[in-house]
Amino acid sequence: MRDVAIVAFAQSNCQRDAGAQNEVELIMPVLTEVFKQTGIKSAQDVDFTCSGSCDYQQGAAFAFVAGVDALGAVPPIKESHVEMDAAWALYEAWLKIQMGSAESALLYGFGKSSPGELPIVLSQQLDPYYLAPLWVDTIAFAAMQARTMLDSGEITEADMAEVVARSRNNALKNPHAQLKGDQTVADLLKEATYVSPLRRHDCCPISDGACAMIICTIEKAEEWGKPYAIIKGIDHRIETHHIGSRDLSRSVSTEIAGKAAGVANGPVDVAELYAPFSHQEIILKKALGLGDDTVINPSGGVLAGNVMMASGLSRIGEVAMRIIRGEAKRGVAHATSGPCLQQNLITVLEAK
Amino acid sequence: MAQLAAVVGVGQTKYKTKRKDVSIAGMVREAAVNALEDAGLTWNDIDAVIIGKAPDMFEGVIMPELYLTDALGCNGKPMLRVHTAGSVGGSTAIVAATYVQSGVFKRILTVSFEKQSESNAMWALSNPQPFSPHLNAGAGGYFAPIIREYMRRSNAPYDAGIKVAVKDRLHGAKNPLAHLQLPEITMKEVEDSPMLWEPLRFLEACPSSDGACAMVIANEELAAKSPRKPAWIRGAAMRSEPTMYAGREQVNPRAGIDCAKDVYAQAGIHNPRKDLDCAEVYVPFSWYEPMWLENLGFADEGKGWELTMSGATSLTEGGDIPWNPSGGVLCSNPIGASGMIRFAEAAQQVRGEAGDHQVDGAKTALGHAYGGGAQFYSMWVVSSEKA
Repeated sequence: MRDVAIVAFAQSNCQRDAGAQNEVELIMPVLTEVFKQTGIKSAQDVDFTCSGSCDYQQGAAFAFVAGVDALGAVPPIKESHVEMDAAWALYEAWLKIQMGSAESALLYGFGKSSPGELPIVLSQQLDPYYLAPLWVDTIAFAAMQARTMLDSGEITEADMAEVVARSRNNALKNPHAQLKGDQTVADLLKEATYVSPLRRHDCCPISDGACAMIICTIEKAEEWGKPYAIIKGIDHRIETHHIGSRDLSRSVSTEIAGKAAGVANGPVDVAELYAPFSHQEIILKKALGLGDDTVINPSGGVLAGNVMMASGLSRIGEVAMRIIRGEAKRGVAHATSGPCLQQNLITVLEAK
Repeated sequence: MAQLAAVVGVGQTKYKTKRKDVSIAGMVREAAVNALEDAGLTWNDIDAVIIGKAPDMFEGVIMPELYLTDALGCNGKPMLRVHTAGSVGGSTAIVAATYVQSGVFKRILTVSFEKQSESNAMWALSNPQPFSPHLNAGAGGYFAPIIREYMRRSNAPYDAGIKVAVKDRLHGAKNPLAHLQLPEITMKEVEDSPMLWEPLRFLEACPSSDGACAMVIANEELAAKSPRKPAWIRGAAMRSEPTMYAGREQVNPRAGIDCAKDVYAQAGIHNPRKDLDCAEVYVPFSWYEPMWLENLGFADEGKGWELTMSGATSLTEGGDIPWNPSGGVLCSNPIGASGMIRFAEAAQQVRGEAGDHQVDGAKTALGHAYGGGAQFYSMWVVSSEKA
């Protein structure tokens, strides 16, 4: 596989409610920012554009169509959309570059969860015959997963609180974060449970926002004269939808994707893991074989702010920007979708 | 740099108003199993699954691919979900081809579906959107004024649409999978059917269908080992433009013109009417045949209706360039799958597997899909020859 460069990344602040801002107003600022970083004017200056979003968040069929208005797609452009996190839009564009039909691509993801009740909305992504009618929501599923891990003795509630304390603390340095603070594990454990055994802080917040990225061939990055991080490996996998058929303390699809992407081919300085619930960071760390020398979620991760459909691409962007700034030489980014980490994408990034 | 890729298996369900006998998973799996059987393969031979469908509101299941993982034998494999409005079936096929053309995967399964009987597609298409004026009209209401403008500009006779409605239903009567089976249909019957959206009558509109379509796409090496003839993907292109902008040409959209030029250049098509043997084109409302004949370069601007009226696009009248020999969207319309059905039917023609609606000796065919406010396009050209 040929190397692909990430040359630009921008994300909005994670905010609980973007009010009357529409899709275009959410997307435009991050697009303007990545165009500026790359030194180009619009989507006309890249070969391919791909986005990720979910109609049900906005409560409108074809919510992504309005997003096209942010692109300046006159004359018409080569463009596609995944009903997935924008990390998978990156994957589609990466394939286009591998096959040689594009040298550069613009990617963006956006989500406006504020119009609905997200956990209940997401309960409708379950098996429509056997699970959705029960209205099991995402938090209840995650709570069951945490419970199995606590019961087996694999983790303690303090381990979960440690993840939260570190995330919130790291988020103090992240201007885009929604939740930040310097609580201790002891402080956090004093709080009441929400959906037992989860406390509110074990669950990611609900955020509105967007992010954007520009990728290209190494040759194009050199031509643009911009610093870049290199995608060395990328792979995505899905596993069974039937929670009862899975060992919930493991993420088998992450394990396979991590191997295929080559996570273990070198030291991992930094990892951004899309863990919407604190115990899931522990599962992912294990699945990827990350040691204590890897800095995990220096941005604060999604426990500090979670723009559904954009957070996965933002994890990749966070690692890329750290590599571009010289803070890390090699990193891993993870994106997820579905209940209890059903589907996962792993990207391995390196400095040039 | 792109690797050669070919369609080596096609599977479809029977299209009908309500598939009450199967769940969503059962319906999707039926198409997938048919495609695997056609390709002489099993689930283990598939490296990844690329799935497409139109808005999730059509079934009320958010990202249904998560739940369909098990039915599609995808556990432990990559799965990607495409959604580009009505063009999605075509876009999904193109994204799926990319998995192989990139050299990253050897053989993949792609599936598109819609089970429209789970809801009411017309209203799911026109639910009120925040911050936008509410168009409570469905797709027909949206396109009717654009068709009227085409009629005004081209001076087309009032019955050009009626002719298409009859022609595609006569084609569909040769395709046992087609939803509408109207072998006795006449011009008068179409003309006498109720007017829905002037100038579109009931029988000039597509039905609402349940159904799924699947294809297996393989690289050059594996395609050569396939039991049946492969359909080589000679070109694939997509274009998008905004729904509205000042000066937008809505009758003959530029995105469609550009997309066709791109795919023809890749496939070495100079004169589409001569160089292609047939076309499966997304015509959900009768008048879109003459309009797309012009948009896709089969006829000069304002002259598409002449081709239609002459019978050139009719298989039953022995036309030189049959359009929609399968019966097209006017006979079967599971929206999210409709684009892929066009792409798959084009492949079946060049594989010589189209049965009673086979165009004799078809070597090269166009598959076409469009969506949104006629703003998203996907097209491919497939051929019995590699180059």
